[in-house]
Amino acid sequence: MLGLNKKDTSLLIIVALLTLLAPFILNPFPEGSAMAQFNAGYPDLMQRFVIFGIFAIGFNILFGLTGYLSFGHAAFLGVGSYSAVWMFKLLSYNVIPAIALSVVVAGLFSLLIGFVSLRRSGIYFSILTLAFAQMSFALAYSVLSNPKFNLTNGETGLQVYADDPQILQGANSPDLPHLFGLPMRATYTMDVGAWSFDFNAGYYLCAVIMMVVFYLAIRIFRSPFGMMLRAVKSNQQRMNYTGLNSKPYTLAAFVISGMYAGLAGGLMAAMDPLAGAERMQWTASGEVVLMTILGGTGTLIGPVLGAGFIKYFENIFSKINDNVLHSWFAFLPDGLEDAVVFLIHPFIGKGWHLTLGILFMLVVIYLPGGLVEGGQRLLKRFKRKKKDTDDAPSGKTEPAE
Amino acid sequence: MTNKNVTRRGVLKSGAVAGSGLALPTIFTASSAAAFTNEPTGSSVTLGFNVPQTGPYAEEGNDELLAQQLAVEHLNGEGDGGCLNTFSSKALKGNGILGKKVEFVTGDTQTKSDAARASAKSMIEKDGAIMINGGSSSGVAVAVQGLCQEAGVIFMAGLTHANDTTGKDKKANGFRHFFNAYMSGAALAPVLAAEMGKERRAYHLTADYNWGWTQEESIVASTEALGWETVNTVKTPLASTDFSSYIAPVLNSGADVLVLNHYGGNMVNSLTNAIQFGLLDKVANGKDFKIVVPLYSELMAAGAGENIKGVLGSMNWNWQLQDEGTKAFVKSFGEKYGKPPSNSAQTCYAQVLLYADAVERAGTFNPCGVVEALEDFEFDGLGNGPTWYRGADHQCFKDVLVVRGNENPTNAYDTLEIVEITPRAQVEYDPEHPMFAGGELGKCNPGA
Repeated sequence: MLGLNKKDTSLLIIVALLTLLAPFILNPFPEGSAMAQFNAGYPDLMQRFVIFGIFAIGFNILFGLTGYLSFGHAAFLGVGSYSAVWMFKLLSYNVIPAIALSVVVAGLFSLLIGFVSLRRSGIYFSILTLAFAQMSFALAYSVLSNPKFNLTNGETGLQVYADDPQILQGANSPDLPHLFGLPMRATYTMDVGAWSFDFNAGYYLCAVIMMVVFYLAIRIFRSPFGMMLRAVKSNQQRMNYTGLNSKPYTLAAFVISGMYAGLAGGLMAAMDPLAGAERMQWTASGEVVLMTILGGTGTLIGPVLGAGFIKYFENIFSKINDNVLHSWFAFLPDGLEDAVVFLIHPFIGKGWHLTLGILFMLVVIYLPGGLVEGGQRLLKRFKRKKKDTDDAPSGKTEPAE
Repeated sequence: MTNKNVTRRGVLKSGAVAGSGLALPTIFTASSAAAFTNEPTGSSVTLGFNVPQTGPYAEEGNDELLAQQLAVEHLNGEGDGGCLNTFSSKALKGNGILGKKVEFVTGDTQTKSDAARASAKSMIEKDGAIMINGGSSSGVAVAVQGLCQEAGVIFMAGLTHANDTTGKDKKANGFRHFFNAYMSGAALAPVLAAEMGKERRAYHLTADYNWGWTQEESIVASTEALGWETVNTVKTPLASTDFSSYIAPVLNSGADVLVLNHYGGNMVNSLTNAIQFGLLDKVANGKDFKIVVPLYSELMAAGAGENIKGVLGSMNWNWQLQDEGTKAFVKSFGEKYGKPPSNSAQTCYAQVLLYADAVERAGTFNPCGVVEALEDFEFDGLGNGPTWYRGADHQCFKDVLVVRGNENPTNAYDTLEIVEITPRAQVEYDPEHPMFAGGELGKCNPGA
């Protein structure tokens, strides 16, 4: 279907099902139960899952295929957000022009940065992109937010004010981001027994866009262009010696992944019309590297899994506080309860980074291929139990994923 | 590798997938029945406490959290009741809010607008929080205030000192109990004139972001009105940790007062650098060199240690005040946590009580009812003396403290001494004052 082979089609269908049914999958525990703490099926987090999924898919096109490790991708995300909010301010709250402009601007910006940075490879490339991203952050945070020329509104973040022109804003259209009148905030809550599932308009917009760009990523991975990018990764020097200029390919990959990042940024602004400078900080750039490595570099679905994993930790684990712990372990005798809470305390709440760090180490050491490798190993083990013969190598060379 | 065959079957399949994708949004046309966002239906009501638990203001945030937990205890009738006994409004009975037991959820703002909005959203969407309280940065306060306005819940700001929070970024669903940069300037200026004379030349170092600018603007305006001269204003990047290169030029600039528009770690570092350069031992223009830190906090004072001795600044509240409200709050906070509360803790505690009280008086959790009850509300007994929640911009007006780093502290918490309690009338301003003009409150939004 859609010009994909059977394996990729089933992958696309799996991703489609996962994203469309996410409100059910992410809310497995009844509301009000002790485990409800671990439910992640509320609109904001679901939106984040898919938006950062898009971001990581795009990053993977650059890092997974060409091996160029960019430490500045958050800059494109931020630029995308700022352009989207400017569209809200100038035109109207309709998300279509905002998202379109964010992709275009991020594309142009990445063309500029990529043109300069791609003159070097390896660590020098990483440092150049990092430098550019930090420059963009500084520009957005202070330089471009002075009262005379206020492009970014600095620390507070760019927002839409009542006195903005919004020349295309109709009299009846909603006063918040919407898709032809359907507000992104609109949520339909379905109550089934003790469970409650949220279906959010903004989430489904992001989900549909993610499926489209995921499909695009599969096509890029399977195209001759994708093969050329893999060649860059395996031995760029040899490619150059054969007389082939690899720079246009890497630049194209850089711009494409920049546009993915811009799209993610535009969607973030569309879900929540505020663009903050810290979206461009190096920690944000580092986060997408972590997502990609955690999920599985160079695999199609890995970055999406990694993005979901990190965002889940950031939003769910950071909200478990001592009170919650005490209520969980209330059945233990008092002294023991306090001891258990004391032991767990550093790893939850504000210590979620610690837990994530430990998990990241475990994944990198024991599953170098990321979560995808973990899944493959599990699958293999199950298959082996069923029938032992299926495991022989197929004999022909296959792509890494 | 590529497959360009377009088959009838393929087109049909793709069409069906695309069609079902497009049809999905139609389920959102159904509207919900609730009268306002997160209407509490059970026997309890959830408040959201959104404070920085990591990052540069983590200490402030954790202190705020302690105070908020204390407020919840008092609302539920546990503990000694604290300020419920001294509060001038007697609507709160210690049986929760409107008979519903108060529960709370916490979130980490990380002192980043994005993260703060994400955690506020999760509290609203996932945990059903009816109001958001706390925070320790103006950028975050403005961002979260905007979110609460859109989502239809009440926002009670924590520590936010920039003029914009209740100036050009004011929102109908947002309320600020803390004082602001303009008030700092208005309160400090007379004390500065009395202590340092009217012919001073000031040099400003300003954290390069929204709060820094509004504070610099306010202090420059009020000191120049005294007759001071502003030699130079220099912006420093927020992320700086070493200010030596900014301090050195001060010595040769002909200035005799250094104003540090810094907060938190920035202020601790810049003040330490200034002391290391021996600024306070210098004599310039025939006068002793002085340093002013317009916005003080106990936690910063503790961080700067010896260096703050004799340095002037302003505060919203201090635990050493002697009114009944302060005594009651400091007593119950001290008994529970073994230390006196900071002024950010006090503001968050007061905000929780004020919200609960407004709900009781309004008889509903509906944000519009709460807004009506809080607007132009006059109260006393929460530690700041007679206070007025102005309806025009949702800013609290109360006395402002001018404090000085204590020369001879008697214990670890005795870092600041109160120089003057500036009366409320002296720090009041018109809602249309140029430093605050440009925004509009809009209408209260109950959501849903």
